[in-house]
Amino acid sequence: MTTTAGTMRKLTYREAVREAIREAMHKDERVFLMGEDVGRYGGCFAVSKGLLEEFGPERIRDTPLAESGFTGAGIGAALGGMRPIVEIMTGNFSLLAADQIINTAAVLLHMSGGQFNVPVVIRLATGGGRQVAAQHSRSLEGWFAHIPGIKVLAPATVNDARGMLWTALEDPDPVLIFENSNLYNMEGPLAVEAGAVDIDRARVRRDGRDITIISYGASLFKALEAAEILAKDGIEVEVVDLRTLRPLDEATFLASVARTHRALVVDEGWRSGSLAAEISARIMEGAFYDLDAPVARLCTAEVPLPYAKHLEEAALPQVAGIVALVKKMVGGHG
Amino acid sequence: MPRSDIAVTDSLESLSILDEHGNLDRDLEPQLSKARLLELYRAMLLGRRFDERLLDLQRQGRIGTFPPIKGQEAAQMGAVFNLRPSDWFVPAFRETAAEIWRGRSLESIILYFNGFNEGGLVPEGRKDLPIAIPVGSQVLHAVGLGWAARYRQTDEIVMTFFGDGATSAGDFHEGLNFAAVYQTPVVFVCQNNQWAISVPVSRQTHTPTLAQKAHAYGMPGIRVDGNDVLAVYAAAAEAAERARSGGGPTLIECVTYRVMMHTTADDPKRYRSEEEVAQWQQRDPLPRFAAYLQQKGTATEPQLAEMETGVMEEIQAAVDAAEKRMGELGDPLAMFDHLYAEMPPQLEAQKSALARELADGGKEVDDE
Ligand SMILES: Cc1ncc(C[n+]2csc(CCOP(=O)(O)OP(=O)(O)O)c2C)c(N)n1
Ligand SMILES: [Mg+2]
Repeated sequence: MTTTAGTMRKLTYREAVREAIREAMHKDERVFLMGEDVGRYGGCFAVSKGLLEEFGPERIRDTPLAESGFTGAGIGAALGGMRPIVEIMTGNFSLLAADQIINTAAVLLHMSGGQFNVPVVIRLATGGGRQVAAQHSRSLEGWFAHIPGIKVLAPATVNDARGMLWTALEDPDPVLIFENSNLYNMEGPLAVEAGAVDIDRARVRRDGRDITIISYGASLFKALEAAEILAKDGIEVEVVDLRTLRPLDEATFLASVARTHRALVVDEGWRSGSLAAEISARIMEGAFYDLDAPVARLCTAEVPLPYAKHLEEAALPQVAGIVALVKKMVGGHG
Repeated sequence: MPRSDIAVTDSLESLSILDEHGNLDRDLEPQLSKARLLELYRAMLLGRRFDERLLDLQRQGRIGTFPPIKGQEAAQMGAVFNLRPSDWFVPAFRETAAEIWRGRSLESIILYFNGFNEGGLVPEGRKDLPIAIPVGSQVLHAVGLGWAARYRQTDEIVMTFFGDGATSAGDFHEGLNFAAVYQTPVVFVCQNNQWAISVPVSRQTHTPTLAQKAHAYGMPGIRVDGNDVLAVYAAAAEAAERARSGGGPTLIECVTYRVMMHTTADDPKRYRSEEEVAQWQQRDPLPRFAAYLQQKGTATEPQLAEMETGVMEEIQAAVDAAEKRMGELGDPLAMFDHLYAEMPPQLEAQKSALARELADGGKEVDDE
C-alpha cells in the first residue's frame, strides 16, 4: 500500500478486500472467516494473509476440504446468530456447494414463512485469463444470478472491493461476492476514510453519447480501455458497471441506453442463457424504441477455457474485439 | 516392521432396555418421574393418532402429500425428549411427533400439508429449523448451529435427525467430519427405518451398522433399539450430556421401521413383503411402552384410555381450526413476500404485474 498526498491512497484490490474483512471483524464479533487454507496459508489468493495472527483460529477458520460442508455449516452458523464470511477458494468449486446455496440459503426465508433469514456472505474468486485451464477458469456468477432469494455482487473497483463487504454482511439475505481473480493485483485509488458502499446500484464509470457498454468485474476494465481508444476516433462510449448482478439495476443501464441509443454487453460468461442475454432482453423490453441498432453481446467463446495463453486470449472478450465491434455498431460515425 | 496391526480401540455398543416381550433391564432403566413418563407416552400417542388422522385426510383429498411417521414414534420422541427449549432441533421431514413435542401446533402442520407456508412457522422463540427436503442437507446446518453455540459460549446443544438413506449422502459425511474436527455440540440421530423410498438399507451401505461410521470420524457411535423408547432416551441423554459438557458430537443409530408408505404418493407393496411389515408391527413401540407404564403402576388402563380420548379431541379441534383458517389463506401475491428481507424493485414490479393480471382474470397480458 502506498499513501499519496492528501486524502487518497493507493492499494490493491486484494488489500482492499483484506481491509474490508479486517474492519468487519473488528466492528462485529459475530463476523468470522471460514474456508480452505484461509488461516496460516492466508487464502489461495493471499487475501486473508496476516488475519490468523490478528484474530486467531476461532475466527479465521481453516475448514476440512468440503465445499458443501463448510457452506452448509456457514449457513447454520448464520442461523445461530453469527455473521460468517465463507470463502470458496474459487467459483469453480461452488458447484459442490450449489445445493446448500440454492436449496437452502436462497429458500429458507420463503420456506419458513419469513422467520429465518440467512445472513451469510460467500466470497468466490471467479474468471478466466490466468492460464489455469478449463476447470479453474469458469465464470459462474451468471448462473447464480438466475436464482431468486440470493444477492450476487461483482465488485470491480478497489473502492467496491473495500466497501461492498460490510454492506453485504449487514444485509439479512445471503450474498455471494464474485471477485475476479485477475483483479487482485490491480492497484487503485481509495479515499483514506473509504467505507461501506451500496450494493444495489449500477454505476456509470465513463460518460459518453454514442454507445453504452454494459459490463462488470474484470471485463469492465477492458471496456474502459476500449473506450479510451475509441475516443481517439471520436466515438464517445458510456461505460456502465453493473456491480450487482442480482437484483439487476436496470434503471441505470436503460437510462444510459436511452441517451446513447446503442448497447453492447461485455460478459465473460458464455452467451447462451447468460447474464448478457438477460440484459439484452431487458433493453429490448425497456428501451426498444430508443435503439438505433440491435443490442450486441461480446462473450467468451462457448468452449471450456483453453490452457495455452494465446488460445485463452482468443476465447475471452478482449479490448481489440470491443473496439472493432463498437466501430461497426456506430457505423459511419466518427 | 513393514506391516503391522494398528490398534483401533473403538468399540460399538448396542442398547436395548425394554424389549418387545416386555423384559426390562432394571439396571439400565432411566429414572424418569411419573409426570415425565406420562408426558413422553402422550407425545408418542399424539404423534401416532395425528399421523393416522393425516392419512385419512390425505385419502379424502383434504390435505396433500405427506410422509407418515408410524412406527418411529419412540425413535424420535426418546431422543428429542432430552432437549431443552434453548437447544436447537434440526429435523429432516419425518419427525412430526418430535416437531409437535417441540411446540409446533397440529393446526400448522395441517396447513403446511395443504401447501400454505403459514403452516411452516416455528413457534416464537423456539429454536427449531423448518423441515429439510434435500436429503442430508440439514446435517450441516446443525454443525454450524453447534459451532455458533460454542463460539457464543452458551451451553446450547443441537440435535439433528436424518434417515438411513441420508447416511450415503455427502452432506452426512461432511457434517460428521466437521462436527468431530471442531468438537461441536451436536447429537446426530439416525432414523434407520430400513428403507429409503424403495431402497433397503443393505443397498445404502456395506457395513453391518450405521452407528460404526461414527468411528471413522473420531466420535462415539451407538446403535439402539429404536422401538424401545427407554433405550433411545438413555442413549440420547448420554449424548446430550456429552455435547453439553464439551465432549463433542455423537452418532446414534435408532433401528426402527417405516411401517407405512414413504409418502402418500408411494405404494410400498411394489418393493417389500407384507410379512416383513407384519413382523415389525409385532415390535410396535407404543403398546410396549404402555405395558411398561401399567406394570410400573405409572398409569392404569382406564387412565391411558382417558388420555387417548383427550388426544383424539385435541386432533379434532385442530382439524376444525385448520380447515376454517384455510379459507382465509392463499393470497397468490403473498408468494413474493419472503424472498428477500426487503423486496427489490423488480420483484415489486412482478408482483404488481401479477396483481393486475389476476384482477383482469387473465384477459389482458401485461406487456410492461
Ligand atoms: C438430495 C436428495 N436426493 C433425493 C431426494 C428424494 N428423496 C426424498 S426422501 C428420499 C429417501 C430418504 O430416505 P431416508 O434418508 O432413509 O429417510 P426416510 O424417507 O426413510 O425417512 C429420497 C431419495 C431428496 N429429497 N434429496
Ligand atoms: Mg429410511
